[in-house]
Amino acid sequence: MRGDLAALEVLRPRRLAEALAALADSDRPCPIAGGTDLYVALNEGRAPARRFLDLSRLDELTGLETTPSGLRLGARTTYTELRASRLVRRRAPVLAEMAASVGAIAIQNRGTLGGSLGNASPASDPAPVLLALDAAVELAARDGRRVVRRRVPLDRFFIGYRETAARPDELIVAVLLPSSALEGWRYAYRKVGTRRAQAISKVVAAVGLELGARPRRIAAARIAYGSMAPTPVRARAAEAALAGRAPTSAAGRAAARALLAEDLHPIDDLRSSADYRALVAGRLLESLLGALGGFRPGLDD
Amino acid sequence: MKLRLEVNGRPRSADVPPMKRLLDVLRDDLRLTGTKEGCGEGECGACAVLLDGELVNSCLVPACQADRRAVTTVEGLAAPDGSLHPVQQAFWEKGGAQCGICTPGMLVAAVALVERARRPSDAEIREWLAGNLCRCTGYVKIVEAVAAAARARRPGAGARRPKRVKR
Amino acid sequence: MAPARAAVRHLPRAPRAVVGSNVPRREGLEKLTGRALYVADLDVPGAWWGVTVRSPHARARILSIERDLGADGARAVVVTAEDLLRSGRDNVVHLIADDQPFLAHRSVEHAEEAVALVAAPTREEAERAAARVRVRYEPLEPVLDFERAETIHKTCAIDKGDVAAAFAGAARVVEGTYRVGHQEHAYIEPNGMVAWPRIDGVRLVRGSLQCPFYVHAALTRLFGEPAEAIRVAQTSTGGGFGGKEDYPDLVAGHAALLADACGRPVRLLYDRAEDMVATTKRHPGRIVHRTALDAEGRLLGMDVEVLLDGGAYVTLSPVVLSRAVIHAAGPYRCANVRIRGRVVKTNTPPNGAFRGFGVPQVAFALERHLDRVARAAGLDRVELRRRNLLADGETTATGQAVIDAGASRQALDAALKRSRFAATARAHARFNRRHAHLRRGLGLACFFHGSGFTGNGEIRLASEVALELLEGGRVRVLAAATEIGQGTRTVFAQIVAQVLGLPYEAVETVDPDTALVPDSGPTVASRTVPIVGRILADAARELDAVLARRVGRPPGRPWTRRDFAGAAALHLDAGGERRVTARFSNPSGQRFDETRYVGDAYAAYAWAAAVAEVEVDLTSFETRVLRVVAAQDIGRAIHPRLAAGQLEGGLTQAVGWALFEEVVARDGRMANGQLTNYILPTAIETPPIELVVLERPFAHGPFGAKGIGELPMDGGAPAVVNAIADALEIDLDRLPATPERIAAAWLAARPERRRA
Repeated sequence: MRGDLAALEVLRPRRLAEALAALADSDRPCPIAGGTDLYVALNEGRAPARRFLDLSRLDELTGLETTPSGLRLGARTTYTELRASRLVRRRAPVLAEMAASVGAIAIQNRGTLGGSLGNASPASDPAPVLLALDAAVELAARDGRRVVRRRVPLDRFFIGYRETAARPDELIVAVLLPSSALEGWRYAYRKVGTRRAQAISKVVAAVGLELGARPRRIAAARIAYGSMAPTPVRARAAEAALAGRAPTSAAGRAAARALLAEDLHPIDDLRSSADYRALVAGRLLESLLGALGGFRPGLDD
Repeated sequence: MKLRLEVNGRPRSADVPPMKRLLDVLRDDLRLTGTKEGCGEGECGACAVLLDGELVNSCLVPACQADRRAVTTVEGLAAPDGSLHPVQQAFWEKGGAQCGICTPGMLVAAVALVERARRPSDAEIREWLAGNLCRCTGYVKIVEAVAAAARARRPGAGARRPKRVKR
Repeated sequence: MAPARAAVRHLPRAPRAVVGSNVPRREGLEKLTGRALYVADLDVPGAWWGVTVRSPHARARILSIERDLGADGARAVVVTAEDLLRSGRDNVVHLIADDQPFLAHRSVEHAEEAVALVAAPTREEAERAAARVRVRYEPLEPVLDFERAETIHKTCAIDKGDVAAAFAGAARVVEGTYRVGHQEHAYIEPNGMVAWPRIDGVRLVRGSLQCPFYVHAALTRLFGEPAEAIRVAQTSTGGGFGGKEDYPDLVAGHAALLADACGRPVRLLYDRAEDMVATTKRHPGRIVHRTALDAEGRLLGMDVEVLLDGGAYVTLSPVVLSRAVIHAAGPYRCANVRIRGRVVKTNTPPNGAFRGFGVPQVAFALERHLDRVARAAGLDRVELRRRNLLADGETTATGQAVIDAGASRQALDAALKRSRFAATARAHARFNRRHAHLRRGLGLACFFHGSGFTGNGEIRLASEVALELLEGGRVRVLAAATEIGQGTRTVFAQIVAQVLGLPYEAVETVDPDTALVPDSGPTVASRTVPIVGRILADAARELDAVLARRVGRPPGRPWTRRDFAGAAALHLDAGGERRVTARFSNPSGQRFDETRYVGDAYAAYAWAAAVAEVEVDLTSFETRVLRVVAAQDIGRAIHPRLAAGQLEGGLTQAVGWALFEEVVARDGRMANGQLTNYILPTAIETPPIELVVLERPFAHGPFGAKGIGELPMDGGAPAVVNAIADALEIDLDRLPATPERIAAAWLAARPERRRA
């Protein structure tokens, strides 16, 4: 490794209010949960701060529970917990599927939802799935002696490259999934990475469909992509192209066209090319729609 | 900080900066050099240890988060009398190690698996070990060894069955 | 040269057959318990930490180096080329051309070239001090594209028969151009050395390496000191694959210079990032084939151009080129062959040895080309190969009649049989009809690998080994070959035990230390068993003869420990030597004309065929390798499980090179120098591998053994890419066959298809 970790300080509060007080301080510490992203930078000698706020003792950030309005996932929920949770497997199995594609076991044991959303990498693994699930982020901050909370819909949370709507003094405390997204919707997810595990994605897509029965129509769709723009994005043009249509390969193709014309802006980078990303993003969409809508995607027809 | 933790069943302590990597605490402060550094990025798994029984990459864990917790390293797998853990025994018999540098992390990962899964399939073993890179073996004999160890060991069986010590 | 019928000398069988059985591995237990000491594990009290300052420019003049380290460097030392020269050191890394400096002096020739060395009591201090070393450069225009480079490190030519006539009379001529990129070794243990200052007239270095005497030679040259003044000892080494063949010379020299400067031991340990960007890689290449066929699909003429990128300094490039050129026409019968090889200089980090050493590059090109040839000629690709593979006693491109060349066809038949090639192809066709967005394919490659140094290299090396008598009927093996995962110490003990008829446990082995072992040559070129193992067998026979004479019994009878101990004691009491040495004797009588490239290039060849089955996902163009079947003739498996381990490991590295491993360079510097972005196969990507081990004994190898370390790397990549090409009916002429390249080829082959 490079760099000097000896000079770094850590605060280790046991209570959320204490943690938030530290964040309100002018010498603001950098939060650390599982450390799977932060320590890559530290190992390279690129420490983002001199002081750190260890979240690992904050029980208030844990928990996976049903609430009157849906599901509440504590920010410190790890990928392993998502995979193991009967609640998640029953009500939002696509989340467990996503969790299984993150890194490998040792990363899944430590990486957290809050950490990934807070980092706001365009390649964040959970972000596209949570966007498709119409998730919201619950933020907390200290206001005088009180803790105040607010919710930000996830599709308004990523405001720029590695930039979120959270204020510097706020912590992500939970991810909220509405009941409306958990009933009557079907989800599919696929990550195309540099390899099958331990991979940063080249393209990652999550699709949710609400299908009407008689007649069989797409009542609504939520489509989200990662690694295809400076932030994880909702593909609104593709969604609009599907609304009200019968689930057919023609509908899939129309959605893919809209996707590439308006929603996504892939780039060339170390891992892949814009051309490949664009090609595969469209094919993934048709493929996932086909799996959800029960049709054979056209692809090369 | 005064770090207090249990390593391989024994209480240990060290005076370390709180953000020092657990990997360095083990290797430098506690002189347990069995755990290796292969990449410093959490990609290769050579630094894998068990933290309260869970597989983690110790190059990504700050010392402060290991405070009052139990760590298992490769040095803690064999029994006090020197008899090998069933996973080590299986690696020995099947040829699961070549140059050996990935072996400590691989063994720890394998131990974590056989303690959880009764009869993991080939695919399940490969998925579990995907975070441990090996450049020598092609994983063939590693997977065979883990499958054999899983067959020999009942998960949660309690005391280890002693094996013949190999020289 | 009429080939003689080879007679394999059968030595008397010991009561327990040691050779050919899976004895407990010598080096095994310590690796399983975390007790093996790799260089970073060494406890070196008082050691300082070394850091290398490297050039950010691919090519530049060095104008000045400022070393005012200020408070950051109060305790640090700095070493530059100027310091070296002022103290009478020779700033040359001695290898072949002696053109590479330890430290760049007036110019840098590649990015990441070492310009200065810094040592301080701690790593953090050393890094801070190194950041204060200000080098002023005048950047120059670098040459980065090897296909346009003009400075030549080496050329090589083979001419057999009359190629012009062959092409004139051909029924068909097929051309093709193939390209391969770098491959990074990515041994899981990075390079590292610990060096001590001169103590009692000796400088000691210990570290991760394959060739202790290469390091020794480099240091004696650097310091201008005699052989006894330098001592090099190998620590447990976490993988090499050629990446620790010559590069450790640089690391050791740097560490020793720093130790000399600060008067303390110095640990110079690379982290992954430094190792990836600064050290050697496999030579990229462009190989152009022109092939003439007769009407029956027989190879009439082969015209091959091999162009390799050597990087900034010559290092091992001449030998890589040499081996590439000799193997470029493959294990095939062809009376008219013209091969032209060139390795050129670019301003990139020097490329070096990597398992296969030129053969994977040319084998990829040839085996892809033969599939193209088959298609063009309307022939089945299996039949084309079968028709043209060498038979016993037929000649290679250098005119060498190889006694067991027919093993190439045996390997082909074995691979086809085990893979159920025809039935599997039919199953794939059915599968492809049923699946809209998955395609399965089969690919085949035939390949071979010469054991030992090329040409007269082994004669020049004149390797030497020794056996030392110990108490209690034991013998110690003394050789310079290193254990780097392949089980060197185990197989050496097996060979010696078997020859003497002693139990395996009676033979000891050690990790090499130049103060204790003779120079049996480097651990490279698949020579450890067939060459060094054979010399050890000779030494054991000599020892047996000496002791047998001493006690008046006939030689060649197995010893019991007790009798052996008794004979040894008698021998030593009578003033006999404790050590018996033996040298390479060129038992095969191999002779090679190194000017005309005619004759016996190698004493033995190992032959192989690989079949790969793949499935390509048309949604993402990702390739899943379903299975690899490889039939490999290795002469004799000294330790079957260790041999299988080599074959499995090499095939997996070939799969990685075929599909995932790519060095992305920006301005002559590796931009993806992290394991996050240089993609190695995990246990998930690695397919089930089925081995068929064939044994066509090599008459002059120990118990018939040939070299096996590199063979499995040679043909895996073309087998996989041929399978992808088969699955999708596309042309792929470049490695790695990434999803991006496959997608582009798919689209190009179907212009009428809708693009996304």
